[in-house]
Amino acid sequence: MGYFGELFVMAMTAIFIQNFVLSRFLGLCPYLGVSKKLDSAMGMGMAVIFVMTLASAFTFLINVYLLLPYGLSYLQTIAFILTIAALVQFVEMVIQKNAPALYKSLGVYLPLITTNCAVLGVAIINTQAFRSDGVTPYNFLDSTLNGFFSGVGFTFVLLAMAGIRQRLEKVELPKAMRGMPIALILAGTMALAFYGFMGFNI
Amino acid sequence: MNFIKELTKGIIKENPIFVIVLGMCPTLAVSTSVQNALGMGLAATFVLICSNIMISLIKNITPPSIRIPIYVVVIAAFVSIVDMVMSAYIPALHKSLGIFIPLIVVNCIILGRAEAFANRNTVIMSIADAIGMGLGFTLSLSVVATIREILGAGTWLGIKVTPQTYDPMLMAILAPGAFITLGFLMALINMLKEKK
Repeated sequence: MGYFGELFVMAMTAIFIQNFVLSRFLGLCPYLGVSKKLDSAMGMGMAVIFVMTLASAFTFLINVYLLLPYGLSYLQTIAFILTIAALVQFVEMVIQKNAPALYKSLGVYLPLITTNCAVLGVAIINTQAFRSDGVTPYNFLDSTLNGFFSGVGFTFVLLAMAGIRQRLEKVELPKAMRGMPIALILAGTMALAFYGFMGFNI
Repeated sequence: MNFIKELTKGIIKENPIFVIVLGMCPTLAVSTSVQNALGMGLAATFVLICSNIMISLIKNITPPSIRIPIYVVVIAAFVSIVDMVMSAYIPALHKSLGIFIPLIVVNCIILGRAEAFANRNTVIMSIADAIGMGLGFTLSLSVVATIREILGAGTWLGIKVTPQTYDPMLMAILAPGAFITLGFLMALINMLKEKK
């Protein structure tokens, strides 16, 4: 299988088979918190894709060129969370200065992303992941693209959820079910649908 | 008197999962069995107590503008300790919790308590708050895990509790079961609250 096939497997796995939200349980706070309106879900999704791609690239470099050669792997958690926090802060400043329009739509979501476990999650998963042959560890490009595809998977289910929740607002529900409970049951139903992808073996 | 109040509020009145709705990722991911739930709950409680003590000790010398990165570093240090201790002494549990141990760093309960409580209260009060919130987290995690483990595997803490004729509903310990169980539990709590 060529590199293109490898990428296809990676994309399918990240978006459908092992979806970050519905099967790995990462990034649930924004998934449940920012999915009330389609616009804000779109903004959050784009910000997450952006940060996850960058974070995957930077944490890969830190891990391979700083932590591993000097035997500092036990500092992985601290190093990664600091990298992500600094990165988010930096991205926020750059966007604010150079692209005010983009900042207006993404700005409010960026600080929230530091504590989004999907970002730290993808950084840690990348260090333990292998290509489909099961022996080659991810290289720089693999890690970065895996971050990107995982972000796309997150955004995909976030948008689907927001679309459904917007319609749910017009529905008469029992009082106790309104808000969080129905959102969780909805997420469960979506997870059930995504479970259908589980058996696929690419 | 105050100490007791801070200690007990986390268990029911301000329960971190069911009332404040924080820390959803570990709640849903590790509640597949009661053993995992207890392990996760106690690990998070330990980190919460240590970080609350530390943050309330340094609250007067923390510059407000960079307080969040400082909190994150303090929390990450304690999480690394827990991670290493668990992998050394209880490798089986460490393996089954997997990635969710390092992810305690971004558990919103811990950062939330640092920001909302520990940085403006005394050390003693912060300890009480941490124990209460930690217990509340562990208890609610165990409740979800109990339902899921009994329905999905027919066992509780590894002991068979359902009759032979019961065919375990595998879906309950898989991803969809987590969301649906928690959804119905929250609806139940809302219903009880309304009746009051």
